[in-house]
Amino acid sequence: MSVPTQGAATVAVQAGGSSLARIVGLVALAVLLVAPYALYPVFLMKVLCFALFACAFNLLIGFGGLLSFGHAAFFGSAAYVTAHTVKVWGLSPELGILLGTVAAAGMGVLFGSIAIRRQGIYFSMITLALSQMVYFLALQLPFTHGEDGIQAVPRGVLLGVIDLNQPFAMYYFVLVVFLFGYAVIWRTVHSPFGQVLKAIRENEPRAISLGYRTDRYKLMAFTLSAALAGMAGGTKAIVFQLATLTDVQWQMSGEVVLMTLLGGMGTLSGPVVGAALVVALENYLAATNLPVPVVIGAIFVACVLLFRRGIAGEILARFGGGGR
Amino acid sequence: MMGTIFGIPPQALFGQLLLGLINGSFYALLSLGLAVIFGMLNVINFAHGALYMMGAFVSWLLLTQLGVGYWWALLIAPIIVGLFGIALEKTLLSRLYKLDHLYGLLLTFGCALMIEGGFRHFYGVSGQPYPIPEALRGGQNLGFMFLPNYRGWVVVASLIVCLSTWLAIEKTKLGAYLRAATENPVLVQAFGINVPVMVSLTYAFGVALAGLAGVLAAPIYQVSPLMGSNLIIVVFAVVVIGGMGSILGAVLTGYGLGLLEGLTKVFYPEASNIVVFVIMAVVLMIKPAGLFGRER
Amino acid sequence: MNARLLAGAALTALTIGTALSAGSASAQGVSGDAVKIGVLNDRSGLYTDLGGEGSAVAARMAAEEFGGKILGKPIQVITADHQNKPDIGSNIARQWIDQDGVDVIVDVPNSGVALAVQEVTRDKKKIFLMEGPATSRLTGDACSPTGFHWAYDTRALAVGTGRAMVKQGGSSWYFLTADYAFGHQLEADTAAEVKKAGGQVMGAVRHPLNTSDFSSFLLQAQSSGAKIVALANAGGDTITSIKQASEFGLTQSGQQKLAGLLLFISDVHALGLSVAQDLVLTTGFYWDMDDEKRAWSKKFFDKFGKMPTMVQAGSYSAVRHYLKAIEAAGTDDGPTVAAKMKEMPVNDMFAKNGKILANGRMVHDMYLARVKKPSESKGPWDYYQILATIPGNEAFATVEESGCKLAK
Repeated sequence: MSVPTQGAATVAVQAGGSSLARIVGLVALAVLLVAPYALYPVFLMKVLCFALFACAFNLLIGFGGLLSFGHAAFFGSAAYVTAHTVKVWGLSPELGILLGTVAAAGMGVLFGSIAIRRQGIYFSMITLALSQMVYFLALQLPFTHGEDGIQAVPRGVLLGVIDLNQPFAMYYFVLVVFLFGYAVIWRTVHSPFGQVLKAIRENEPRAISLGYRTDRYKLMAFTLSAALAGMAGGTKAIVFQLATLTDVQWQMSGEVVLMTLLGGMGTLSGPVVGAALVVALENYLAATNLPVPVVIGAIFVACVLLFRRGIAGEILARFGGGGR
Repeated sequence: MMGTIFGIPPQALFGQLLLGLINGSFYALLSLGLAVIFGMLNVINFAHGALYMMGAFVSWLLLTQLGVGYWWALLIAPIIVGLFGIALEKTLLSRLYKLDHLYGLLLTFGCALMIEGGFRHFYGVSGQPYPIPEALRGGQNLGFMFLPNYRGWVVVASLIVCLSTWLAIEKTKLGAYLRAATENPVLVQAFGINVPVMVSLTYAFGVALAGLAGVLAAPIYQVSPLMGSNLIIVVFAVVVIGGMGSILGAVLTGYGLGLLEGLTKVFYPEASNIVVFVIMAVVLMIKPAGLFGRER
Repeated sequence: MNARLLAGAALTALTIGTALSAGSASAQGVSGDAVKIGVLNDRSGLYTDLGGEGSAVAARMAAEEFGGKILGKPIQVITADHQNKPDIGSNIARQWIDQDGVDVIVDVPNSGVALAVQEVTRDKKKIFLMEGPATSRLTGDACSPTGFHWAYDTRALAVGTGRAMVKQGGSSWYFLTADYAFGHQLEADTAAEVKKAGGQVMGAVRHPLNTSDFSSFLLQAQSSGAKIVALANAGGDTITSIKQASEFGLTQSGQQKLAGLLLFISDVHALGLSVAQDLVLTTGFYWDMDDEKRAWSKKFFDKFGKMPTMVQAGSYSAVRHYLKAIEAAGTDDGPTVAAKMKEMPVNDMFAKNGKILANGRMVHDMYLARVKKPSESKGPWDYYQILATIPGNEAFATVEESGCKLAK
């Protein structure tokens, strides 16, 4: 996908290295550290989980040019695996999340190797179809408990010392998970691997002629993205103490597309902004009489028609010293 | 009892196959519309499921609000959905043709959310019953199963529509353009045929087919805002399996997969929901362009 | 460079700003200002008609009996739609209790959602009054010291309808089961009763919640050859499956008979008597049984335009009992009120001498009813003929049988 945000992306990437951006980052971090004293921690944890999910998704679309319409499969499956291992096997939360992440990565390898056989629109449709298959599996496999989901997942004791039933302990744990995931993505984007990925996005035949085995790069990106989406899903299962069909439904895949599109594809901060906005908006709308899907759909349409760069992309393009 | 086939009573086997054929009728109608639209506009119409639902709702509203019956609805509802499609194409979709095709997918996804959300807001998610038309009530005892007349009619109607669409595309001049556009859009554009009117009409025709499928579905599946959303993903898989290259391919794949689903319900019911997706994965492994498609 | 800093700062501010406004918007309302009753149920889906706004109407009717005030504080009734999703239900419950100061959660049809909400209310020590959900697990392995199961449960349905159908000659059974907590439990409880009564279970097929097309499931039921095709589903699913069964001529041959294991008066109303006639069902409430029920139902009808289902009538009864317990206990503290509720007998138009077991089960008489033929009915809502009364201690399990670990 020829992302119109490539200018912004470059800016964002450069900004990531500059000292000013570092200041902004530190301010944001400070805010995240004190936030639970001002806001409902459950809400913040939800934002962080979705922010990580959106960042993982963005790694694929924003830097690899691959629009996956089935990322809920990884998010939701990891949630199920984490919930199951923690509740039934009695594992500690960090091990549960780890296993969820590993499971999502495994699925990423499998789905990725099927989906990257086609490009563009077909890639999106295939990922969507495969995730729908996961949805039906989740509906029928005994361990997922169908419509009920896996309920009453214990939050447990982190590393054997920190009791996650304390809201603040839980929040800081989620924050650490998020920062870890964000750092992984930051490193990836700035590594030679990330550069090759961007080269493939811009012009795949040229990358091939340069001797890169592009399929292998795409598959690695897909797997990493799936794994991080899984990490977000597993963490969410611990926070909300349940894993349900909502997490594997195609609407969830659509939601993460929206978060990324709204925040700004191909920017590092965009998905975080998008996730915060969408979660806050849904929270706000839930208390009103407005139909949530209609508003979400309208934002979708507006994003596609009016500002394809997304919020972060627009801001960075306008103030960041000219896009391309 | 007539004995068994592979240890399965024939009632169950033929019954499920017939039900599969009925499902296949809807897959075929919807994937036909998707293929026609894709051929001309290069847009994967994510709103297709929502427009199918809209067709059903329009006929339900015609009946409950205006007292217009099924047979008129069969004509009016697709026209209304088609007109809605033209509006959608003119105001929104037409702005995106110069961009990557994925934006078309994203835009129609947003439209699908809005349409579905709107109906859901006003009518809730539970199905609204739509009575079977008087002339098609009752059923036939086929020996191996009891076939409600209406379901038989759905198969016949879908076959007629698919066949006549196919013939129209094969035999008429408009069809020739369409066919050419499906095969090689760039060349057709070079001939200057890709006038906006034709694009709009093609989109309208494609979504009208979805609307028609919606009317046919109303008495069977009830009229519910969510009826299109899960169906459309299966149809996407059908389209991937068939490949976008051929109109006939889309139709045949639709019926074939419906039958296959029915067969799965006999031998391993648990897998009936996922069999289409498994087939899709297998086809992609062997022939990435789809059964009837060609690599572009 | 400055511009870049600005951009970053703007982003951060934006994020924080939205987060702040979203968080604080719902952070108002301190618990203790009022007794807040949260009616949480399906308000847009297949279970809307059996609970929905009607349950909120019933809860408000109970509050009005106390003059809208208790211990000098106003009683508020708020509502939300859980959309039959356990995650949405438990999130709303959590937020209601954490942020909005809700003291009691009412109704919650859909056993799956109810089980999820029970986890939250147990954890937060808040009262949970369940009228909508069916599964007997809510007072069994998933019981809670502050959870109360009021109107009916799967075991009562099994004892009522299951036994009655076997007695009528339904010796072999095939289940059409909603594939979640409720359906599974209803199937299990009924199968146990059927076997106990000497019947035989031939098999079962599971369908997803909110199914629009039952044809392939019905075909499986048809080819099983069982005499009774039992519908272990509810609400919209029951309505659709009964309709399509008649479309496919399931009962036409006379060899097979449908048994709706859970039928509400709203379902019968939607089906119409010509389709629903002669179905046998078990219910905890029917409006036309005595003067007290008729008088209350008439009041409800004037407000809501429909006769109450057992869920809606049960919501009234449960909220009323809850408020009486607050009055008696002088506090709205969850565990204290729960203990008080269990001490006091339930006496109102819904239940006579109802008693609440240690596991939260409210034991009251259930009724076996038959749906009237169109010719027998005198008008709208004149639907049931009561065949028998099932004494409470026969319909519901004892604490020992329930498997609830709270029991002392």
